[in-house]
Amino acid sequence: MRNPLSKTVMGIQPSGIRKFFDIVSEMKDAISLGVGEPDFDTPWHIREEGIYSLEKGRTFYTSNAGLVELKKEICKYLKRRCQLEYNYDKETIVTVGGSEAIDIALRAMLEPGDEVLIPQPCYVSYHPCAVLAGGVPVIIELKGENEFKLTKEQLLSAITDKTKALILAYPNNPTGAIMDYEDLKDVVDVIIEKDIIVISDEIYSELTYGRKHISIASFPGMRERTIVINGFSKSYAMTGWRLGYAVGPALIIEQMIKIHQFAIMCAPTTSQYAGIEALKNGDADVEMMRDAYDKRRRLVVHAFRSMGLECFEPYGAFYVFPCIKSLGMTSEEFATKLLSEEKVAVVPGTAFGDCGEGYLRISYAYSIDNLKVALERIEKFVARHAKIEL
Amino acid sequence: MREAILTAIDKNSKLSVSDLAIMLGSTEEEVATVIKQMEDETVICGYPTLINWDKVHCERVTALIEVKVTPQRGLGFDKIAERIYQFNEVQSVYLMSGGFDLTVIIEGKTMREVANFVSEKLAPMDAVLSTATHFVLKKYKEHGLPLVQPKQDERMLITP
Repeated sequence: MRNPLSKTVMGIQPSGIRKFFDIVSEMKDAISLGVGEPDFDTPWHIREEGIYSLEKGRTFYTSNAGLVELKKEICKYLKRRCQLEYNYDKETIVTVGGSEAIDIALRAMLEPGDEVLIPQPCYVSYHPCAVLAGGVPVIIELKGENEFKLTKEQLLSAITDKTKALILAYPNNPTGAIMDYEDLKDVVDVIIEKDIIVISDEIYSELTYGRKHISIASFPGMRERTIVINGFSKSYAMTGWRLGYAVGPALIIEQMIKIHQFAIMCAPTTSQYAGIEALKNGDADVEMMRDAYDKRRRLVVHAFRSMGLECFEPYGAFYVFPCIKSLGMTSEEFATKLLSEEKVAVVPGTAFGDCGEGYLRISYAYSIDNLKVALERIEKFVARHAKIEL
Repeated sequence: MREAILTAIDKNSKLSVSDLAIMLGSTEEEVATVIKQMEDETVICGYPTLINWDKVHCERVTALIEVKVTPQRGLGFDKIAERIYQFNEVQSVYLMSGGFDLTVIIEGKTMREVANFVSEKLAPMDAVLSTATHFVLKKYKEHGLPLVQPKQDERMLITP
């Protein structure tokens, strides 16, 4: 029989998360700090709107780019929260989660051989999506001492003649890092000068603590070269609804809609109706959840620092990214031993890129009680394995 | 700080002062001082426990009583409300708008006990014009918390 598989697909490594998931799922009664999704249920008024749309028999396709009312609400929301102005008709597309938006944005833009800059550690899908779109991923290894922000110097040294796009993801999964106005300002100059297009994954934009999220698209000269990706999963605890969106210049969005139209048709209708309700009446829910995450965030950061581990202040998402280099273990060793000895599952930083070595991704999307039990166990583990200082 | 503390302990009064200090980005001294102040000013009036008595084999009956009263000159409803809430059986008393004046929530061991309270203590009061008693059959949610088993975490243990 002939080889039924594509070389490109075969060349893609399965995600490091997957590997660890298989180990964890063998372990009964493990408690986990390993999820990348909220622990809250979707607020009831949003779920109810989804149910209502089903009761009304709204079970048909919507137009490819999404319901007009939803797109209008998205644009209103972006103006209200991020000072971004987009046209709902030509510059907005509703997608199946942020993930689809990343995929179709890359596919709409890349020519074979185009280089895509991917700062790591980062979400697991950027690299494979770039490869599948025919691009060449170029990794920028972010550094702990910069709190995992992208610096001007790092960006400059990664740019070549073939560089077409940069994927920027702040607030960041897995590090919890954000980039402030000043941080972004530095890289914006380089991006414009070198004529690079930015795919800005802002899915965690609502989850920043004590500082407001700033979209790179709001800088002068950036709107025409940025695709902003966002969605409902993190801000409204709607991961399972698979609902996201992208906004950007009509020129690019139009081509993204073309791919979306043939590959997906449209985002789930039920979810789109629920999404309208979320944007119209969900601000208070977002605030309540943000407030709850912030309390847990402080608790977790404090706990790691008290264990003597280095842990920079993460101002976004719902992760902390403590450094375990002082224990003389690799991230994977730490995670595997912690699981077998204390039955706590955390994700090794290396699952998000090689430069995640020496770090762990700790999710605090858990109840306080759950966090406390897990942190106590990690503390015991760290105390046991800490190198005795002579 | 007051509002932050109150929001944090509203549904979980077990949080310790040191946890609260960490969670609110404050110091233990400040949190302790503010809590003490709020206790003194009866902003915080107590730290009761939310119990689902149905799960303990311990008979309890709750009734909600609508009460119509004649307010007393110069004292309004407060005096009569006070006469009512002094009874140990009374869990809550609210002044209402609408078709009646006071909602009185009573807890007793048996239905007879509640009935006796209404007929012997509450209804005969001078100011009370009429009562309508409704027995509670099942409690689903109290103080914003569902009285059921917490849902299992159905999320996968590890997700990207």
